[in-house]
Amino acid sequence: MSAMNRKVIQTLAENISKQVEHFSKTETERLIREFHVLLKEPMSNHPGKEAPGVDRGKFRNILHEDFGMTDRMIMDQVFRTFDKDNDGFLSVKEWIKGLSVFLRGTLDERIKYCFGVYDLNGDGYISREEMFHMLKSSLIRQPTEEDPDEGIKDLVEIALKKMDHDHDGRLSFQDFEKAVKEENLLLEAFGTCLPDSIVNTL
Amino acid sequence: MGGLLTRAAQWTNDSSGCCKLEATQLNEFLLKEVLHFTEQLMVQHPEEATHVFEEPLVWSTTLEASDFKAGYDVSDLLVESHDKDSEGRPLLRLKPPTISVRSFSQLSKLLHLAENNTLAEVRECLQGNKDLVAIIFGRSFVSFMEKEDVNQDVQSLMVKIKEREPSEDVEAKIKVFLLLQKKDKEILNKLLQHVTEQSERVWIVFSDYEFSNGCNAPLWRQLLGEICYVVLTPCDTDTLYITCSNDGVFLNKGIKQDGQESGYERISEVYRDLVTLLKHRSPYFAANIKTQVQKSLCCKTPVTFVTFSNLINLNVKQQENKEEEKTVHHHVRNKACGTTKYEPCPRWRKLGLSSTRGYVIILLPHKSSVGAMPSELFSESSSESEEEEQPERRQENNTDLPSEYWQIQKLVIYLKGGNQTATVLTLCAMMDFNLMQETCQLAIRDAGGLEVLINLLDTDEVKCKIGSLKILRKICNNMQIRRIIVDMGGLQSVVKILDSPVKDLKALAAETIANVAKFRRARRTVRQHGGIKKLVKLLACVPNLATLSVNQEQDVEVARCGALALWSCSNSTKNKEAIRRAGGIPLLGRLLKSPHENMLIPVVGTLQECASEESYRIAIQTEGMIKDLVINLSSDNDELQMHCASAIFKCAEDKQTRDLVRKYKGLQPLVTLLGKANNKELLAAATGAIWKCSISKENVAKFQEFKALEIIVGLLTDQPEEVLVNVVGALGEFAQISANKAIIRKCGGIRPLVGLLTGTNQALLVNVTKAVGACATDKDNMAIIDQLDGVRLVWSLLKNSSADVQSSAAWALCPCIKNAKDAGEMVRSLVGGLELIVNLLKSTNIEVQASICAVVATIAKDKENLAVLTDHGVIPLLAKLTNTSDNRLRRYLADAIGHCCMWGTNRSSFGDATAVAPLVRYLKAKDSWVNQSTAMALYQLSKDPYNCITMYEKGAVKPLIQLMGSDDETLQEAAAGCVRNIRLLAQANRQARLFN
Repeated sequence: MSAMNRKVIQTLAENISKQVEHFSKTETERLIREFHVLLKEPMSNHPGKEAPGVDRGKFRNILHEDFGMTDRMIMDQVFRTFDKDNDGFLSVKEWIKGLSVFLRGTLDERIKYCFGVYDLNGDGYISREEMFHMLKSSLIRQPTEEDPDEGIKDLVEIALKKMDHDHDGRLSFQDFEKAVKEENLLLEAFGTCLPDSIVNTL
Repeated sequence: MGGLLTRAAQWTNDSSGCCKLEATQLNEFLLKEVLHFTEQLMVQHPEEATHVFEEPLVWSTTLEASDFKAGYDVSDLLVESHDKDSEGRPLLRLKPPTISVRSFSQLSKLLHLAENNTLAEVRECLQGNKDLVAIIFGRSFVSFMEKEDVNQDVQSLMVKIKEREPSEDVEAKIKVFLLLQKKDKEILNKLLQHVTEQSERVWIVFSDYEFSNGCNAPLWRQLLGEICYVVLTPCDTDTLYITCSNDGVFLNKGIKQDGQESGYERISEVYRDLVTLLKHRSPYFAANIKTQVQKSLCCKTPVTFVTFSNLINLNVKQQENKEEEKTVHHHVRNKACGTTKYEPCPRWRKLGLSSTRGYVIILLPHKSSVGAMPSELFSESSSESEEEEQPERRQENNTDLPSEYWQIQKLVIYLKGGNQTATVLTLCAMMDFNLMQETCQLAIRDAGGLEVLINLLDTDEVKCKIGSLKILRKICNNMQIRRIIVDMGGLQSVVKILDSPVKDLKALAAETIANVAKFRRARRTVRQHGGIKKLVKLLACVPNLATLSVNQEQDVEVARCGALALWSCSNSTKNKEAIRRAGGIPLLGRLLKSPHENMLIPVVGTLQECASEESYRIAIQTEGMIKDLVINLSSDNDELQMHCASAIFKCAEDKQTRDLVRKYKGLQPLVTLLGKANNKELLAAATGAIWKCSISKENVAKFQEFKALEIIVGLLTDQPEEVLVNVVGALGEFAQISANKAIIRKCGGIRPLVGLLTGTNQALLVNVTKAVGACATDKDNMAIIDQLDGVRLVWSLLKNSSADVQSSAAWALCPCIKNAKDAGEMVRSLVGGLELIVNLLKSTNIEVQASICAVVATIAKDKENLAVLTDHGVIPLLAKLTNTSDNRLRRYLADAIGHCCMWGTNRSSFGDATAVAPLVRYLKAKDSWVNQSTAMALYQLSKDPYNCITMYEKGAVKPLIQLMGSDDETLQEAAAGCVRNIRLLAQANRQARLFN
């Protein structure tokens, strides 16, 4: 990379690291470089074209390969929470701000993040249907059962019983927040969307 | 069925693996029965006896060609019978040493020929033809017959068989088969009887009818969950009448066949299984089963053993050998699962009991089989009482179970089939149940949830591990669950997690260990998997910073959990040592500075538990922990105070520690603790600490500033023994100071003290006699003791079985006799008392010997009593002891000898008993007490000229002259007097020679 380019990155890093609390300047610089490396790779659906940012496919690759996530739906949701302006691409800022919560977020930040991931339609509530959707493949189905979805439905009820404090049949952010503060394990109640907590504590 | 015969014979030699029938009584019996059967068959059913076997029975015989006579073709070596089968083959054919026989008639004739060797022949025959029945009748026939109902008549059987294999003699064949079968049953029944009569420790039977569900209990009792009844006669207790029910096994009032309702009443607690019940009821059984458990389960000794080990399987190997579970138990299990088929385990089947349903036999082991206990298994000591195996509570009828039970069962199903997300969600839901409640714990267990929870510990999923531990740490407050966790190897996994970098996980794992390691095997598991080292590592943190970062706070929590776990583990001696070696003591010392009670309690708890070891006591003192312990004596938490006092109690055996307690002003708080008289544990610890601290005179003086003695005397009544031992111990120490003796009297302490002499607790008696002895040195006290008949009570304690009590009582007698008014008369009035004293000189315990010598010396001051002592043979017994090298004993022995010289010919008797020469050697002992009493004794002995000669010859004069230069006047005088007597004799001798 040219000297000029390095200079640009350094100023950018300085700029961004002031807005993001969990990364130092050097760390930010590294992440910016990483971002540019990603940009250089050909886009998954428009080969040859210079992309305005990291697209969904590339991002999914990272989530899968570096953080071991497997659930497509959850990965798409993670992309959506990163992509604040909803343009289908992650800008440098979105990339770094997102990672800051993803890797180093405080409990409060992570609660907000997870809730965003689980609120599939973005209406501010996690509904029964959304939960069912996310938990659909979490149980081995017993083909002998009359209703193969019975177990999943049951899990949804369990989750509601545990977290729906105002008994309106859906989880508001307040419900979710309260439940997670009581029992941290519920943070990722509907699917893995954060790195393993070992990485987290290091 | 006929195969039972072979089976019955087989199991005796099963373990050795070869096909020999051992020469056991049982086999002998069996052989005789078989022999009898063949003979009977010949006589009673001659027709059937000629039935030709499918295959010949072949074995090697001891018979020779020459033994066969009429009815046989005998040529050189070959013998063939005249009787042939339909195809012309001879029914008997001998080609030494091999013989083949093809009918019962031939067999019977042959056995007749064998005369003296009949049993040997039968044995060889059975050994050579293990599949006897199949050989005789052919395999297909046997398998057909086994399928058929034996009770249908011969004709219909014949029709069926003819369809299969047309042959002429089917009828005979069937008849023989049925005869054989019948005989088989007979033999088995006889066998049972035989065994019963033989060993007397057998229990058997009960139940003539079995319901289709496998229960033998009458229907109306089945409603109450009872399954069957057993009567059992162990060799060491009365007959036990036992009910096996869904809830476990218990004793009933004795159900007789007539079925009186009252007989069913439960009269014991409910035990988990038969083994546990027997362990509690029959000490002999308990002793044996303990050894058995450790032995490999195969045994060379016959019958009794196989069944016995089988029984144990239930208990020990439940997990591994599900199919091997013992009958009764098995039965219960099956019922719980909804199936009702009653299936004896393989070992029982081997016994040939598969068809005698309803009978239960268990033989207790022979005495000869009891081996020494392997040491490793039981090497751990424990100061605290171990948990006992408790009866397992079984859930009764499904309908009685609360809904939580079913909800939890459903959750376990999701656990089994869920991915990480579902698992975590389910675990969280499970935590919402009251996991301290037994229903929930058992629900998890019954649904197989423990396996899943333990498996989760070995995954890489941190969240799953956290969730699993959060549940395990709670449910393991149930003893059964703890044991199952250990049995499944769960504890190893928990120990492994201690290495995790995630602090939450470490803390949870340590907390779980703290709750599981409540029994010996668990504690050993923790140690053997390196858990102690890992736990000690957790202790490293900075506990007493004013402000802690989040990170440091977590560290402190981890350390607290580590201390909790170590506390549980420190119940075993080896673990104490392991903690020390892992460097745990300084870390504990650092945590002791923590300001938090919840940290201090496990830390001090561990320390006081470990203070039973000398190495810890030294470390506690040298690491400066006494100060912190003293500080926490003034905490406002009873439990913490109790542990601190208890630690001081154990450590204050050491003088420096006692001084440190005083230096850090720990004595006053200890006295203050006496005010909490309602908390007996705390009171025991506090009085214990006071007792040990009061061994130092300076401490006693300090204690008196706080009026400790007055309070302590008040604690002499209405206290549990643990407190009394310490209270009286402290009194004994306080009474070493004469001013205190009067205080004890004035506070009315003498009467309750003397009252305690009638107790049975040996530790208490040692202290009581000591205290009484100390008090008796005061004349006024002595008057009260005398009045309360205290001397007689102390004297009677000489008969106690404990040597400690004996010697302590003897020491107490000395001041009693010395200070009593009219002591001589008092001693004489105790009938048999003097004889008892003289006999105790035969004790092998040096302390007893020394104390009794002291008593003898005191008693001998009264001439009349000395005469009685002499009559009882005190002189030779004392002389016998003179060869000792123990200075303490030497001192009192010499004293006793000196005092016993004052009567009759005792001086020369000592000389005759060669007591003088060893005494001379005492002069060289480096103990001035020994020198002094020896000089006195020698002075007395030197009044007999022959003794003077011995002394002179043994070189007594030189050391005596040295002793004359001592500072002690009595010693000077005694030594000089002795030398004088020796000189006088020499002079007299010379003069005698001069003048004659």
